[in-house]
Amino acid sequence: MKERRLRIIDYSLLLIFLALLIYASLGLSPRGDLNSWVNREESVVHSPNAAAYYIRHAYHDTHSPNMVTAILADYRGYDTLGEETVILTAGIICFLLLRRKRRKNKKDNNKEIKAENERSRK
Amino acid sequence: MKEAENNPIVSLIASIVSPFIMLFGLYVIFHGHYSPGGGFQGGTLLAASIILIRLAHSSHTGQLQFPSKLGTPLGSLGVFIYYGTGLAALWWGGQFLNYAFLPLAEEISLRRSWGILLVEIGVGLAVMAILVSIFDDLLEEENHD
Repeated sequence: MKERRLRIIDYSLLLIFLALLIYASLGLSPRGDLNSWVNREESVVHSPNAAAYYIRHAYHDTHSPNMVTAILADYRGYDTLGEETVILTAGIICFLLLRRKRRKNKKDNNKEIKAENERSRK
Repeated sequence: MKEAENNPIVSLIASIVSPFIMLFGLYVIFHGHYSPGGGFQGGTLLAASIILIRLAHSSHTGQLQFPSKLGTPLGSLGVFIYYGTGLAALWWGGQFLNYAFLPLAEEISLRRSWGILLVEIGVGLAVMAILVSIFDDLLEEENHD
């Protein structure tokens, strides 16, 4: 009974968040709208907007028609560098945690087996 | 991991499909300038082809194709290629990761394009090796060692 009540609360929370997300997405400007703040050449505080610069200069700067690659690997190279370092760190942490534990377990097992053998000899 | 039963159909299909997945992964990495894709996606595809062989065949065959010892060194090599590209730009007089200073081509835009390719290769290598090594770490229990 209690579980069922909890489940009802879970699903109603999910539905509320779905409704919130749909409501928030209604406020987005339509794609390609030249007057929305994202697509203007100047931001709200009258500084030049990065997106417009990328669209204008990406091909001439990097000679690659795929703007996403140019932004990810060239303009925002530091970001991708950080991502790759995170992946390497995750791999090394998996290696250290899982392999070390197993080796330890194996050693402990060996010790126990030896101790049992000695006991049986006695 | 339980030793996989050698189901001939599964292993045959896996052997046929795996090289094509690997080829597609290489295509995604090297064609990242012109189509959706890049290092992360291509590296994941390469790792998928290697893991497919490990799942479908005995663990011995998978070890022949890609020894699990190689995982962490290759991942580190990938990250090193990325850092090395940045440091090479530093060496030839530019800023860190400014590919315009790499002496790879005459035109500056082409230099940047080559720099992007180098970096993507590093990312793909690292992602492939690390994914396979995590898979091995999780599943390797009493198979070998």
